[in-house]
Amino acid sequence: MSIFSNLSAEQFETIGQELDAIRNREMADLGEEDANYIRTLIKRQRRLEVAGRGLLMAGFLPPAWLAGVACLSASKILDNMEIGHNVMHGQYDWMGDPAINSKVFDWDNTCTNTAWKQTHNFEHHTFTNVLDKDHDIGYGILRMSEDQEWEPRFLFNPILAGILATFFQHFVAVQSLKLEDYLIYKTKTKEEVKAEFKPTWKKMRKQLVKDYLLFPALAGPFAPFVFAGNMAANVARNLWSSQVIYNGHFPEEVEQFPESVIENETRGQWYVRQLLGSANFEGGRLMHVMSGNLSFQIEHHLFPDLPAHRYARIAPEVRAICEKHGLPYNTGSFVKQSLSVWKRIFKLSLPSKTEGGSKNGPLNGLRAKVVSLTREPESETRKAA
Amino acid sequence: MNAMTQTSSRFQQGLTRLLQSRVADILSYPHGVDRYLEVFNPLWSVNEVRAKVEAVRYLTEDSVTLTLRPNHNWEGFTPGQFVQLSVTINGKRQTRCYSPANSLHRADGCIELTAKVHANGFVSRHLREQLSVGDVVLLSQADGEFALPEQRPEQVLLISGGSGITPVMSMLRTLCDEGFSGPITFLHYANSAADMIYASELDEIARAHDNVTLVRCFNDEGEQGELSGLFSREHLYIAAPEFAQATTFLCGPPPMMAAVEKVWEEDGLAERLHKEQFTLAAPQIESDSAEGEVRFVQSEKMAINNGATLLEQAESAGLTPESGCRMGICHACTCRKTAGEVRDIRTGEITSGEEDIQICVSVPVGTVTLDI
Repeated sequence: MSIFSNLSAEQFETIGQELDAIRNREMADLGEEDANYIRTLIKRQRRLEVAGRGLLMAGFLPPAWLAGVACLSASKILDNMEIGHNVMHGQYDWMGDPAINSKVFDWDNTCTNTAWKQTHNFEHHTFTNVLDKDHDIGYGILRMSEDQEWEPRFLFNPILAGILATFFQHFVAVQSLKLEDYLIYKTKTKEEVKAEFKPTWKKMRKQLVKDYLLFPALAGPFAPFVFAGNMAANVARNLWSSQVIYNGHFPEEVEQFPESVIENETRGQWYVRQLLGSANFEGGRLMHVMSGNLSFQIEHHLFPDLPAHRYARIAPEVRAICEKHGLPYNTGSFVKQSLSVWKRIFKLSLPSKTEGGSKNGPLNGLRAKVVSLTREPESETRKAA
Repeated sequence: MNAMTQTSSRFQQGLTRLLQSRVADILSYPHGVDRYLEVFNPLWSVNEVRAKVEAVRYLTEDSVTLTLRPNHNWEGFTPGQFVQLSVTINGKRQTRCYSPANSLHRADGCIELTAKVHANGFVSRHLREQLSVGDVVLLSQADGEFALPEQRPEQVLLISGGSGITPVMSMLRTLCDEGFSGPITFLHYANSAADMIYASELDEIARAHDNVTLVRCFNDEGEQGELSGLFSREHLYIAAPEFAQATTFLCGPPPMMAAVEKVWEEDGLAERLHKEQFTLAAPQIESDSAEGEVRFVQSEKMAINNGATLLEQAESAGLTPESGCRMGICHACTCRKTAGEVRDIRTGEITSGEEDIQICVSVPVGTVTLDI
């Protein structure tokens, strides 16, 4: 919070104007180049998918199976990242083509367009890194901030983070249900969860039937190869996209904010919160495309509805603005950022060293926590009485 | 039909049925079969009408005539109806209505559209200057009430002005192909002879068919037409003295249509007059002020424009449109504007016409109609 609170109102104002100028210039420039870019990419993705599914039909031959998995994984990654994520952000709505429109586009993922737009497009992008408002801080499963109160379940942080990554599409699909409210905090009833799960299940079922029933069935006796191939492609997509997303917000230097920052927040302050709450990673062109240009997470959070292939071009300008105002621009190699993320995941599985009891070590904190948890119902009853 | 084409058409039918099946739907889920087919050939589609440009002709200085071969999703049209043609200009899809001008009985299955290029005709200029043979355009199915009735009338009067000639041209060509023997009068208004689309073909038709009377009326002085000047009752008495007995089809610019309608109303013949408003008389809004009203079509509500964003105005009118960030980033509030002008409060850019807008960052400039 130090940098954030050190800036003056005028500085926020200037930063806001400078970033708005970039935004307006880029938005005014939208046209054929952007349309060709996304159309070409979609074409490549569809071809990769057809090739991948075709190769898997011959999946009893190991090279065909491997090539099929590679094509299908790449296709699923492109479909979800550079196409789905960006189209559903409304980056190509201006084209007026219903096939590339945020209202109707749907992706090869178990999460519905509607649920994703609520949790990601609205909640995460409006309340970026604001504790208790941005569910992406740990997805209700992980402890990702020092300011999140420690609970014993967070001892499993690293394991849970691994499970989350492996089954990422399913967690994203149910994210809007806020299952922890039912399972852990008991503030939600089973009936509520059931009702909310309905549309998600409808989509999930179709995705599962497609990948694990219909396509394998088409291969007849070779069904197991197709089944395994599809599973491998789904897991590869899950691991890759979750790591890309972890890297965007969970490296150690990335800040979280208390709810108070969003009261009367100016446009400049909003921009700075996005800057401090995001992190980039470096790489070649292929890395950027495969990550849906979320390697430019900072630029994406500043301008979420600007076609993502433009981020690389404006990144130097954004960086220059940061340098000018003494703001950090969190970036590094993919490996460096990933290591930083996992370090944080491990570190936060244990209770934070609070000002008072820091010398007592984590176990002591755990004991205190357990005591306080077991006492809570008692104090509740007392209050009720 | 020989055996070979029979087999191939049966194969095609089977393929189409397969592609429209539930299985194909799930295999291609969630994108749908069309999104895969188009990757391999832009004309292939299970549902959409797409057409290949077979010919581009320039019949006058300021028009373009396209011959389009639609794919097999095209369900045909009735003379007089229109289609929506979509082209992509600078990455953005633009849609305009045009009436097929060809005969219903055209043998090659193609349709012919003619667009007049206006000074500000963004789309028509693109069609004339950029479109070439082999390009693929998107079409809608034909639509519109303005159409030749299945039971052909005994006597037909066709009145058109400017590019309003296209739907009535289709009627005339169709009737001639059918060997229609009743009297047809074709009364057309244009600025000059050089300006008249289909001039030479109409000449030929009139010469070849005794029952067709062609009356051309040019606005510019010194032009050689049967009549000159703007439409008047006198014109009607000269060109079609028996107009009261005829079924009349009218299409042209708004002032001309108003003049014709007036005559038919005065004579109590309004129901014998079929008309198509080809160009809308668009209201001109000069200043960016809180005037006019905001109309919400689906909910049948209306509010006096108070200058606030459309989202706020919708909400104060008691509506609850989907919305999210209220700052133009999440696109949850995007909805269809069917008419009017809005200003984007982020850029100051003013846009008009039918389009999708983010209502949380749009303020109305004058009267605006939203499809919510």
